[in-house]
Amino acid sequence: MEELFEGILNHHLGFVVWSSLAFLILLLLLKKLAWKPILTAIKERERSIETALESAQMAKDEMARLTSENETLLKEARAERDLILKEAKHLKDQIVAEAKAQAHSEGAKMIEKARVEIENQKTAALAEVKNQVSSLSIEIAEKVLRKQLENKNAQEALVSDLIKQVKLN
Amino acid sequence: MLFSHILNSKKIRLSAIPALFLTFFIFRAFASGESNASDAFAKVRHNTSDTTFENNFETGAAVNEHADGQGEEKFDPTTAIMEHIADSHDWHLWGHTSIHLPVILFTDKGAEFFSSGKFEHGEKTYQGKYYTYGLLEDKIYAVDSAGAIDKEASAHVYDFSVTKNIAAIWVSVILLLIIFRSVASAYAKREGKAPKGLQSFIEPIIVFVRDDIARPNIGYKYAKFMPLLLTVFFFIWINNLLGLLPIFPGGANVTGNIFMTFVLAFIVLLAVNLNGNKYYWKHILMPDVPWWLYPIMIPVEIIGVISKPFALMIRLYANISAGHIIVLSLIALIFIFKSLAIAPVSVAFVLFMDVLELLVAFLQAFIFTMLTALFIGTAVDEHAH
Repeated sequence: MEELFEGILNHHLGFVVWSSLAFLILLLLLKKLAWKPILTAIKERERSIETALESAQMAKDEMARLTSENETLLKEARAERDLILKEAKHLKDQIVAEAKAQAHSEGAKMIEKARVEIENQKTAALAEVKNQVSSLSIEIAEKVLRKQLENKNAQEALVSDLIKQVKLN
Repeated sequence: MLFSHILNSKKIRLSAIPALFLTFFIFRAFASGESNASDAFAKVRHNTSDTTFENNFETGAAVNEHADGQGEEKFDPTTAIMEHIADSHDWHLWGHTSIHLPVILFTDKGAEFFSSGKFEHGEKTYQGKYYTYGLLEDKIYAVDSAGAIDKEASAHVYDFSVTKNIAAIWVSVILLLIIFRSVASAYAKREGKAPKGLQSFIEPIIVFVRDDIARPNIGYKYAKFMPLLLTVFFFIWINNLLGLLPIFPGGANVTGNIFMTFVLAFIVLLAVNLNGNKYYWKHILMPDVPWWLYPIMIPVEIIGVISKPFALMIRLYANISAGHIIVLSLIALIFIFKSLAIAPVSVAFVLFMDVLELLVAFLQAFIFTMLTALFIGTAVDEHAH
């Protein structure tokens, strides 16, 4: 055991001193020249990435909000359109129905008028026909009488016949 | 009687191939073992005859020389592996080329400064200003004129040399500074933008340390400890990785050096205890037990304070050293068998181990940082137990 440590300081103290010195100098230099700037830069970048991600998330949320808003707007617009269309259809139906009804009544009125006219014409025509028929029959009767009473005997017979009838009274 | 029907199955035929290989290598091992036996015996005799080996530096050098001369004959894997994972005064590049690192010695008479090349890999001694120095097993001793170790004088010589591991630490420090300076400047240049290039490779790791190590273990006070945790993590990781590289500028076993892990663990010990709050200290000095248990409890708690970083130190050191030893052992197989035929097997296993070590390199850095964070977390935790 003693042999193992014999002369340890003589032979190895130098190594320990030089290597500690080298390591400590390395530690100080790296701390100043490398670790501080590197760690700060990494942290800085991590922070910037984090904020970038956060803002991206926020933008995404905003986008989603806008999209959903658009969606509702669109839905509303669509509903409104449907409503308007429905109303228009209703109105159209109403107008058509009204027009139909009016046309109906108008037609009925016109038919009625036509019927009255026809009736009038018919009456007029019948009256005319009656007049014609009566004048014709008078004419015929006149002609017949004239034919019957052409000779004198027939006239005297008739007159005597008529006088006979009057005598009765 | 025919046995050919045994080989009818494809599976059996396939397993026969490795079996043959195995038999072949076992026989080879026996053969080389026998041929080595006489050498080994000779070596033992040689060592026993040189009873002064430990005291006589010159003889040590002679042995080294001897080993160099007949290097191909006598290969001692233990020595070779231990040499490779140990610290050194030379940074071996290739063949007989190595970088001679500067030697700095503080003695009781004054400081010495010279190149480690003066030792010529321990074969020669060097006459300094105050003492004569010799290199044995890559450790510097003061020697007398005859070349034997002067224990008295050696006790006054403190080795502050820039060794291979120190140089490797500098390499990793410079690498880390370059990497993280450029990453930090990328952040300044591309403020608020997505990471790019090296930055995008490093950032997930930093975020991993922050979100999976620091925050869950320390809590909201994590920011204060981030520099320490990140530095420890990347320092251990890059040194583990550089240690896996077999060639310069890697190859140094920094995190497998117990003194390096001691330094790291000691820094953790300081970081934990200097940041300990009143609950932490109350838990240690006035635990919720009957007062007469204090003589047991307080030492136990204090041992606990020390044993936590101690475990960190041993864990990192043992894991990394073990990995290196396994890889080196597999490579050493080639030299033990003295056969190129074993090389493909060795290389295949080394490849497997290296991939595993890549994982271990990360894992050990992670565990060390994780436990550091955990210990700091217990020290700054505000809930009274």
